[in-house]
Amino acid sequence: MNMPFYVSPEQLMKDRADFARKGIGRGRSVVVLAYDDGIAFATENPSRALHKISEIYDRIAFAAVGKYNEFENLRVAGVRYADLRGYSYDRTDVTARGLANAYAQTLGTVFTTESKPLEVELVVAEVGATQDDDQLYRLSYDGSVADEHGFVVMGGQADQLTSRVRDGWEPGMDLAGVLRLAVRTLGAVNTDGSVAGEGQEREISAAGLEVAVLDRRRARRAFRRWQGDALARLLHGDD
Amino acid sequence: MTSPSAESSGRLPDAFLRPGSSSFVDFLGEHAPDLLPGNRPAGTTGTAAELAPHATTIVALTFGDDESGRGVVMAGDRRATMGNLIASREIEKVFAADDYSAVGIAGSAGIALELVRLFQLELEHYEKIEGSQLSLDGKANRLAAIIRGNLPLALQGLAVVPLFGGFDLDRSGGRLFSYDVTGGRYEEHDHHSVGSGSVFARGSLKKRWRHGLDADAAVAVAVEALYDAADDDSATGGPDTVRRIWPVVATVTADGYRRVADDALADVVEQIVAERREGGARA
Repeated sequence: MNMPFYVSPEQLMKDRADFARKGIGRGRSVVVLAYDDGIAFATENPSRALHKISEIYDRIAFAAVGKYNEFENLRVAGVRYADLRGYSYDRTDVTARGLANAYAQTLGTVFTTESKPLEVELVVAEVGATQDDDQLYRLSYDGSVADEHGFVVMGGQADQLTSRVRDGWEPGMDLAGVLRLAVRTLGAVNTDGSVAGEGQEREISAAGLEVAVLDRRRARRAFRRWQGDALARLLHGDD
Repeated sequence: MTSPSAESSGRLPDAFLRPGSSSFVDFLGEHAPDLLPGNRPAGTTGTAAELAPHATTIVALTFGDDESGRGVVMAGDRRATMGNLIASREIEKVFAADDYSAVGIAGSAGIALELVRLFQLELEHYEKIEGSQLSLDGKANRLAAIIRGNLPLALQGLAVVPLFGGFDLDRSGGRLFSYDVTGGRYEEHDHHSVGSGSVFARGSLKKRWRHGLDADAAVAVAVEALYDAADDDSATGGPDTVRRIWPVVATVTADGYRRVADDALADVVEQIVAERREGGARA
């Protein structure tokens, strides 16, 4: 019987992190932006059926990049978590913080104990009564959680895209404003993965986008998808 | 990766991550069976019927034609009784099951409300997980399964009998379903009623229902059917003009579930009362 080679924990974690990062970096980015009446999510996704952005609960939504089967599994788990909690306690007792914690523990345990880390990055967002009450949590493949303010960019070239969004975003923008910023940001990544300069962005048609919002003005379920003509009108500002 | 350690570490238990069912009821049955209403240990002796408030009459009818659009109206009185006492004057027994369907309940009030909550969640859960709505038949069948789960309690006198109605987006029309305590599901045509006052309500519906009623007329027919039920059944509450408590009336059309406003109902009731005062018999 062969003795296994010794691998230092640092090396082991680094290898796993590199592996997960590589998987995540291959995918298209998701942009999450707060606006005056809620939180907007946008990504380039021509599919109408395989979503990267979904509703979890009344005021909570989920966005993910990475491997579809892995984040889909986490999404379903999140819906079950939220529905079970809301059913046993009350609808108001389901919070993004609780869900983000459960996800963080799950991602963290898988990262350290299983043979392969999950190649996903998630955002859990909850819309509050005012823009100050909005919550945005970004979760990484290793279970680390970041409490973000205003905007998040995940996926390939996230660092470069984040600095673009930082330049363009300010509190109190309206929905059309943040979506135009989101589409400009997503268009900055060329099909070969290189990042285009300011003003050189690709045009992405409404049909190629997956856009959804958590709208704080809606009565119970705040989540709403924008698609088709309504989205095109919103993006081109003639509604 | 056993689930007890999963619970204590704060990570999501395995049952949450298992691929498969889009049904919240199935998930509860697997992960937390004690939360399912039908899974409570039932006592072995006697009936519990006198111990729990009882909800009474629900009426529902279809309306509309191809031109003005079709839909259903569902209405329920506001009384819950416990023996010969009035347990509540303003209980609500008609609910939106989801955007395109309504459910009304008669029977043991506490359990009925819990079943409605479970049913609403079942539909919402499916919608969130699958990204699309169940068909109206699918919704009706899920309700049947939930009612069937309550059979042990029904045998102890805590029966729940719902009436389900909705707008079928595939057929562009309103449809009604009634149930028995064993989960039997029966599609009803044109109009139906359940609960203690249903005999009288049905008599009224038979005389007043017509093909091609518009939404307002259908609401008036539903309210009058409840009025007739309350007239002869002591467990059904009539419109309370003193406290201004009106029945819960909802319409479901292609535009979705909409509850009829109290002001509109006050006018409808006023008209019914006026007609009966003037031309009505003493009987």
